[in-house]
Amino acid sequence: MEQIPILKIGDCLLVSIQVDMHDRLALALQDDLTAKIVESRARGVMIDISALEVVDSFIGRMLNNIAAMSRVLDAVTVVVGMQPAVAITLVELGLALTGVKTALNVDKGLALIRRLIDGEEDGLDRREG
Amino acid sequence: MIVEKDETMPVRNAEDIVRVRREVRTHAVGAGFSLVDQTKIVTAASEIARNTVDYGGGGTLHLSTVRLGARRGVRLIFSDQGPGIADLKLALTDGYTTGSGLGLGLSGAKRLSSEFDVKSTPGEGTVVTIVRWK
Repeated sequence: MEQIPILKIGDCLLVSIQVDMHDRLALALQDDLTAKIVESRARGVMIDISALEVVDSFIGRMLNNIAAMSRVLDAVTVVVGMQPAVAITLVELGLALTGVKTALNVDKGLALIRRLIDGEEDGLDRREG
Repeated sequence: MIVEKDETMPVRNAEDIVRVRREVRTHAVGAGFSLVDQTKIVTAASEIARNTVDYGGGGTLHLSTVRLGARRGVRLIFSDQGPGIADLKLALTDGYTTGSGLGLGLSGAKRLSSEFDVKSTPGEGTVVTIVRWK
């Protein structure tokens, strides 16, 4: 069966979505990631969607769910690499992606995850977008 | 309205929704759409295709590249023989859903289209027509 690979780098998990996912594959990724966060005790999750040409409300909901579930499991999620045309369309579609932190690229995403984790460990709330 | 290119495809399952996105993209590129306009019509198509599968029990998409004078566009007609929509006004409200989704499908697709029309008869089915002009 098709599967989207989840890579572990230090205490972070990295997912790069390279295919146009059908709905079951998106749901499978959501479940796999949740299991992997627990299993690997990851503190950060980065989802690279730079190859995604379409994010509809179903994929948007999946991103929201992953962020919410990882938060409950004490990990932070950052979505990186959203194409400008996708961002414009999401806003018009009415999908705010509240609760999902975003960064322009993988480098900035990793830095943001680091800051978020370190901020929490300092007991400070330094969340930023 | 002159039809330049025309095809009909099944919209029955999750794989069909992916195929719909791909075919709509091909028509949008062929009609000379910008990347943003391609993304908008493909996203609208994905939303309505999922409604057809989830609520309509599956159906078909009649996909065309159309021309009106100097303007070119892409027209999508989704039809199903499902239970229909009892209250269209309510179904077009942001956030309203009878399923487990976000309730953005119809209302979001409407915002992403130049022309949008829903005809539904309870017990007989639903036809959603959307057009996006270049």
